[in-house]
Amino acid sequence: MPGAAGAAGAPERLPAPGMWATYRMIAGMWIRSTLAYRASFAMMLVGNFLVTAFDFVVIALMFSQVRSLGGYSFAEVAFLYGTSTTAFGLANALLGSIDKLGARVRDGTLDTLLVRPAPVLAQVAADRFGLQRLGRLLQGLLVLGGSLLALDVHWTVLKALLVPMMLLSGTAIFCAVFVAGAAFQFWAQDAAEVQSAFTYGGQTLLQYPPTVFAKDMVRGVTYVFPLAFVNWLPALYVLGRPYPLALPAWFAFTPPLVAALCLILAGQAWRVGVRSYRSTGS
Amino acid sequence: MTDLVELDGVEKVFDVRRKTGRWRREKQQVRAVDGISFRVPRGEMVGYIGPNGAGKSTTIKMLTGILTPSAGRLRVAGLDPSRERTRMAQRIGVVFGQRTTLWWDLPLYDSYRLAHRMYRIPDARFRENLDRCVELLDLASLLDVPVRQLSLGQRMRGDIAAALLHDPDVLYLDEPTIGLDVISKAKVRQFLRDLNAERATTILLTTHDLTDIEQLCRRVMVIDHGRLMYDGALTGLHEAGESERTLVVDLERELPPVRAEGARVVKVEGPRQWLAFPASASAAPLVAHIAAEYPLVDLSVREPDIEAVIARMYEGPRVH
Ligand SMILES: Nc1ncnc2c1ncn2[C@@H]1O[C@H](COP(=O)(O)OP(=O)(O)OP(=O)(O)O)[C@@H](O)[C@H]1O
Ligand SMILES: [Mg+2]
Repeated sequence: MPGAAGAAGAPERLPAPGMWATYRMIAGMWIRSTLAYRASFAMMLVGNFLVTAFDFVVIALMFSQVRSLGGYSFAEVAFLYGTSTTAFGLANALLGSIDKLGARVRDGTLDTLLVRPAPVLAQVAADRFGLQRLGRLLQGLLVLGGSLLALDVHWTVLKALLVPMMLLSGTAIFCAVFVAGAAFQFWAQDAAEVQSAFTYGGQTLLQYPPTVFAKDMVRGVTYVFPLAFVNWLPALYVLGRPYPLALPAWFAFTPPLVAALCLILAGQAWRVGVRSYRSTGS
Repeated sequence: MTDLVELDGVEKVFDVRRKTGRWRREKQQVRAVDGISFRVPRGEMVGYIGPNGAGKSTTIKMLTGILTPSAGRLRVAGLDPSRERTRMAQRIGVVFGQRTTLWWDLPLYDSYRLAHRMYRIPDARFRENLDRCVELLDLASLLDVPVRQLSLGQRMRGDIAAALLHDPDVLYLDEPTIGLDVISKAKVRQFLRDLNAERATTILLTTHDLTDIEQLCRRVMVIDHGRLMYDGALTGLHEAGESERTLVVDLERELPPVRAEGARVVKVEGPRQWLAFPASASAAPLVAHIAAEYPLVDLSVREPDIEAVIARMYEGPRVH
């Protein structure tokens, strides 16, 4: 009889899937289901590309009137834009669904994710994954590639290595912001807008040179909310520009450390959030 | 027999804020579960019943690891559900009557395919379990239908199948027959009975349909206001609830209420009278007495109604 194992004692269970395995299986399921409608998928991808490219059109239009922005040339601003948009685009493609968490907490549907043998974070993040989200990422990479060709920079090995490093740690920092923002929604279920202010808002901020912002603003995103480590600090080193705050040059190389720290803190906040989850009465 | 589910003095307190004035908000505590202890051995099928707001769903949410208990000790298969949530999830199946665990916008089969991978069910086992559920729960024609298009009863059967593909040790069912028609209810009950008999799956079931309990569970627990009021055999509920049987007598004509020792008249309607007497007492002496003293035409005895018994328990005095 097939049930004999159950009666005799607990059958050995394989370890539950981890974060990344869970993410892949759920995202894969959604990709399969959206690819069934190829035409609508292609349209959404193009739409996503165009909508997000609008930000760059604004910058290009500005440069048709002025020669520099905060002392930065078009190619330099494009470099900032490209790094910020690529890092954010990747983080957003990975974790963009996470801002639905507040709604799930409010209506109690998080219950159903908690009874599955997989990390809740991966389940929430991969829900409704759509390849059209890659539109923003593509667009950012395109602008970044263009700026690298146009830039008048004396490249060294160190500077060349700094570019991929900044994209990876920038993505990680944005991911941490997404996770922390979602964790916050365990307590304030309507905080999705607050989260967008830091994610979408942060991305836009970093697309411009720090010299166009007030000093206090720059201090805030450097010392308090470390968005400046996404691209400003390393990018300004690549461009050979002084950072508006008096910081030693080696700060340009700290983004991986800052990213790791942010991820650890965000992960901790998330765990506390899950434990405080109280479901609903019905 | 080992105990699969163990609760010792488990409590769950919710802090809620209530508006008490225009500006004032008062913090209040709701003791949803207030010190519950019980054990369930492997292979048992237990009914967990109580009025609305008694704390049934809250108990199940703690058992499944969704909620962390405020106090007390809770173990399922030796695991602490909320701390070892993912390991716990591999060993349990959960069906919420009110809420689906299926993927809402995708075809039913996608939910099963994902479960296959997520629970790491061996291929042969998955096929076998799925085929069995599809056959017994009549799912064959529903597999390609998006979950959101399923009717309540179809969705519930789909949910039950999803909870069983990975051979759980314990199955929790929170109102699994809500909204099902008579035939579906019978099918689901038969399915659960077989599951329990053949696979020794431990089942904990909450319901407001006492027929579910009567047909499935030898043991029943009654909770109210977060406390366990009764834990024992279904038949024992009668004694616990001091239940009474009813003797209905038809007399020749309208008469004043019958006087008989050990029974009292609860209702008079023309020549027909209803007498209540303890369920534990025999009806014979009572019948003999009335036949001797009154012009008796006809009589019948009504067994106590389990629903009435439980309703009386709910309303009975509460020890706090
Ligand atoms: N998330 C929550 N926040 C605040 N109070 C809650 C929460 N969940 C449940 N409660 C309260 O706890 C008590 C028990 O609720 P529970 O859902 O466990 O009852 P139940 O026995 O399942 O009732 P029903 O038969 O209506 O489903 C109720 O008073 C309810 O208002
Ligand atoms: Mg309930």
